[in-house]
Amino acid sequence: MTTLRSWLQDPSPTSRRQARLGQLWLAWLRIQRNRLAMAGLVIVTILVLVAAFAPWIAPYDPFVQDLGNRLKPPGTTGHWLGTDDFGRDILSRIIHGARITLYIIALVAVTAPVLGLLIGTVAGYFGGWIDAVLMRLTDIFLAFPRLILALALVAVLGPGIENAVLAIALTAWPPYARVARAETLTIRSSDYIEAIRLQGATAPRIILGHVVPMCLPSVIIRVTLDMAGVILIAAGLGFLGLGVQPPQPEWGLMISSGRKFLFEQWWVATMPGLAIFIVSLGFNLLGDGLRDVLDPKSAPK
Amino acid sequence: MSLIEIENLSVTFRAKGRQVRAVEGVSFKVSKGESFGLVGESGSGKSTILRAICGMAPITEGTIRIDGSVLPTPRGARFATRVQMVFQDPYASLHPRHTIDRTLSEPLAIHGLGGSDARVVRALEQVGLPAAFRFRYPHQLSGGQRQRVAIARALMLEPKIVLLDEPTSALDASVQAEVLNLLNRLRADLGLTFLMVSHDLAVIDHMCDRILVMQHGRKVEEMARDDLANARMTTAYARSLFDASADRMLGDPSGTAP
Repeated sequence: MTTLRSWLQDPSPTSRRQARLGQLWLAWLRIQRNRLAMAGLVIVTILVLVAAFAPWIAPYDPFVQDLGNRLKPPGTTGHWLGTDDFGRDILSRIIHGARITLYIIALVAVTAPVLGLLIGTVAGYFGGWIDAVLMRLTDIFLAFPRLILALALVAVLGPGIENAVLAIALTAWPPYARVARAETLTIRSSDYIEAIRLQGATAPRIILGHVVPMCLPSVIIRVTLDMAGVILIAAGLGFLGLGVQPPQPEWGLMISSGRKFLFEQWWVATMPGLAIFIVSLGFNLLGDGLRDVLDPKSAPK
Repeated sequence: MSLIEIENLSVTFRAKGRQVRAVEGVSFKVSKGESFGLVGESGSGKSTILRAICGMAPITEGTIRIDGSVLPTPRGARFATRVQMVFQDPYASLHPRHTIDRTLSEPLAIHGLGGSDARVVRALEQVGLPAAFRFRYPHQLSGGQRQRVAIARALMLEPKIVLLDEPTSALDASVQAEVLNLLNRLRADLGLTFLMVSHDLAVIDHMCDRILVMQHGRKVEEMARDDLANARMTTAYARSLFDASADRMLGDPSGTAP
């Protein structure tokens, strides 16, 4: 253990692999020092674990109805978070819903930022008419209220998880493109970009290897901060009946079904709402901490 | 035959209907192995000539020939293996998020050259940096060390011509002398041809065989090192430049005069 640690912390690594692993180790040490970021990381890790082991953790089947046990309050033996109007265990439904939430988040996180980053850096790097065309396109997408555009897309494509994700991704990329373009403009004419151009690098190599790494930290931070919003939009689509369809245990959908008894049986809507709140908070805290980690300049010398 | 031939070069920048003639009808030749200096105050167009050679400034008139052939536009991969440049500001010319190793191995990757591990180590050795610096980031190095990395990067593709854009003006006086001596040593060892820009005649005197004095984008006077050292300039402008830095050339405090 100590030999591994000293190997990782060696100030003059002997191979590229050692240097890279050493950098990761330093990043880990830095995020460890940030307590709030660690709290965020713990929440997100728990979400991932719960989603992975849902069938083993959940005490009941999320789909099995038990009409004799409907609308039991939290604290009832066997149903710690209560039951909903069909007598389904809310805890089990939240645990299974973590899978759907994570699935939506993961799909949005790998599509929208990548699309936005590419469009933004290409527009900023080439400038001229390419920039004009891509940015006007971005403006058009930005001009629509996000939820309304997602609603319209889902209405056209039909309800379902995949279409909800597609709708969210298509409405989420413009801010990333804006951020990436702004950063690209400031570094496009810098000496290190001129230098690599002088070495004979092609435009794709410069954009992917030299421009994108400079834009990545701000985009990643935006992504983690937006994740809360994505969960809420997914929940909103579910709430309006345009996202995930019943009887799937999606958190937004569960809130929507609890609306009918919000005053008498508050827990049916509140419990999934709390789940959304905690996960959103986790992503926000993690995003804050990542900003410190992703900048090598903040590394101890 | 001359390695670099510049004939009647003019560079005009156009922006919103306004024209700025940065370089007007400048001609000179640099032969192989020579170190040629471009001198002048800021705005005299000396850096623009370097940028024009690299294809970063619009050439409106005249030709630039390297090895007898006119440069293609865009410059292309072959140009990169023949001509490289060291930039003025070492704080801006290295990618802040790439390790020294990545910065130095990238040119090899672009041109599909192998053996990058050994060549990076050798390049660091060549510019007098310890191998332990290899996986550091630019912000962990001092200005002089960064400029050495920038010089090593320019030499990775083994070019014959190195363009130096005020390579030491951003550095301390003591570090300046070290970097200039390093450049002189590399030129002797590798048989390089230098085309150097500076506003400092002391630096030019230390580095260059011949110089061209420029003002307002035009050629003022061309002279050899002996003429400069013995203050045999014919134009008033060259003399005033000389007078401004004469004390440092004669009583060179760092002891780097040849």
